[in-house]
Amino acid sequence: MELVIGPLGDAFFIRALLALALVGVVCAVVGTYVVLRGVAFFGDAIAHAGFPGVVIAYMLSIPFYIGAAVAAVATALAIGAVTKRAGIRQDTAIGVMFAGTFALGVFLFSSIRGYVADLFSFLFGNVLAIGAGDLVALLVLGGGVILTVAVLWKELLYATFDPLGAAASGIRVDRLEYLFLALVALTIVVSLQAVGIILVVAMLITPAATAQLLTVRFARVMVLAGIVGITSAIIGLYLSYWLDVASGATIVLVQTAAFLVALGLGPRGPLGRLRRRPSTREADADPLVDADDAAVRPAAGDPVTPGGLSA
Amino acid sequence: MEPSSSTLDSASHPTGGPGGGRHEHEHAVPVDAAHAHAHADVWLSDVTTGYGERAALEHVTVAVEPGSLLAVVGPNGAGKSTLLKLMAGLLQPWTGRIQVLGAPPGREARRVAYVPQAELVDWAFPVTVEDVVMMGRFPRLGPVRRPGADDRRAVHAALEQVLMDHHLGTQIGRLSGGQRRRVFLARALAAEPDLFLLDEPVTGIDATTQELLMDLLEAQAARGKTVVATTHDLACAAGRFQQVLAVNRTVVAYGPSNLVLDADVLRAAYGGHLLVLGSNTVVLDDAHHHDDANPGERHFHEQGAD
Repeated sequence: MELVIGPLGDAFFIRALLALALVGVVCAVVGTYVVLRGVAFFGDAIAHAGFPGVVIAYMLSIPFYIGAAVAAVATALAIGAVTKRAGIRQDTAIGVMFAGTFALGVFLFSSIRGYVADLFSFLFGNVLAIGAGDLVALLVLGGGVILTVAVLWKELLYATFDPLGAAASGIRVDRLEYLFLALVALTIVVSLQAVGIILVVAMLITPAATAQLLTVRFARVMVLAGIVGITSAIIGLYLSYWLDVASGATIVLVQTAAFLVALGLGPRGPLGRLRRRPSTREADADPLVDADDAAVRPAAGDPVTPGGLSA
Repeated sequence: MEPSSSTLDSASHPTGGPGGGRHEHEHAVPVDAAHAHAHADVWLSDVTTGYGERAALEHVTVAVEPGSLLAVVGPNGAGKSTLLKLMAGLLQPWTGRIQVLGAPPGREARRVAYVPQAELVDWAFPVTVEDVVMMGRFPRLGPVRRPGADDRRAVHAALEQVLMDHHLGTQIGRLSGGQRRRVFLARALAAEPDLFLLDEPVTGIDATTQELLMDLLEAQAARGKTVVATTHDLACAAGRFQQVLAVNRTVVAYGPSNLVLDADVLRAAYGGHLLVLGSNTVVLDDAHHHDDANPGERHFHEQGAD
């Protein structure tokens, strides 16, 4: 028990826990859309694009998140514009920007004469070093992201699920696209200090991907992603504290473990299948379905509760 | 406009009461261009468009009257889906002019319901039948506002019409092909549009479901709503639609279904893919398939069953 309560005596540990809880919520909300749209690679690119911003902020002695936010949002919008205007495939545009911006960051970093800062804390984060001022700033940024999604969740959902149908019904899908890219960039910035540039995509993707394995309702994916994200971050932080290892990497490892467990035990996993009764297909209750139509169709997921234990 | 036009206007539109202004027209293809423009729900004049550098449709001129039940037929790659996207405002014309519900495409978007091909939908997406149909209500709600009791009533009524009201909480990937098409038609119905734009609504579904969907579309047309649907199914186009628009990169024929679907027109539309056996039997070699993905579109194909 002392192992759990002991660290709570330190203000920096409390700040780290609060920051991780914030990161868990923001990443769950935005990460759910990212996973469902299949733009994980984009999130990774934006994280790397934040690097030159962080370095420039360091050189100018301004808070890192201001530099990161400017660089990440600018790159996100640039990728969106290049893809749309130049007719280049999105993964190509992302690949170019990804390496280019990160190289700029390394270039700038190596130009700092006599620097003493640890490159590792830029690249791999240090959640225990978050100051009270940083925490307030992250709270404002993260709150802004969540508020924006709360206002536009219907439009974002429709545009993510069926962009053509949404656009035809008058939803400005093109503008939402840019807004969404900016939201991803800000989410990355909020999460940056927790796990660093290299691993931040895990915070965004892994909890949402885990949740998607366990439920088939949109709102539940989001809530479950938040629970998975916060829980694994807290477990990871304690583990890293006890073992005296890098916190960011430990958190990501715990998240990855949670994903693998969900993969194995979830309704779609090999063990989940074994446990499931021979399924009672929904179509069986349908008076209109004929034999041909009701033929074997892969279930994309089953409406079971998290953990797949109800079946 | 010239005075004769407005006289003719009032003569052919005797109903002036609220909501009674839209009704079926006797003639399928208006001869007078100005008249067609003034009365059409969908009006295209010499429209050419395509993807990237490649033209998909050229010099298309069409006027669709309110209350029409129109099938768009043609071989694969003929531009059926492209024509629908033009009408939905999803694709801009390179040249020519378009008006939809009396305005440029997209301006009256809330009065339009568009249903994409099944291949364009991610069926693994974590949404239920009720969620999908509720999306039809989103545009009229606008940002912030949550769906209320009225919206839920409209959603349930639409699902009742397509006989899917007992599947509210089912994830869409668990539905059969016919059920999926029914849910998407319910989404369109829940939007209460004046114009339905449906891409392959009856493709890949059983005969019973096809009858149900066509009955519903017929009822909408009878209420003065305009229905434009692409289809591969010529029998359905001939039997259930009032009018047929045959396209093959441009308009091949347009008129009442019984006149358009004769062997000569079909030969022009389908070229070498058509085999005419005797007087009534027609064989097509490309009955079931979908077009290549256009730039920016994700197509979803399910893995085979395990």
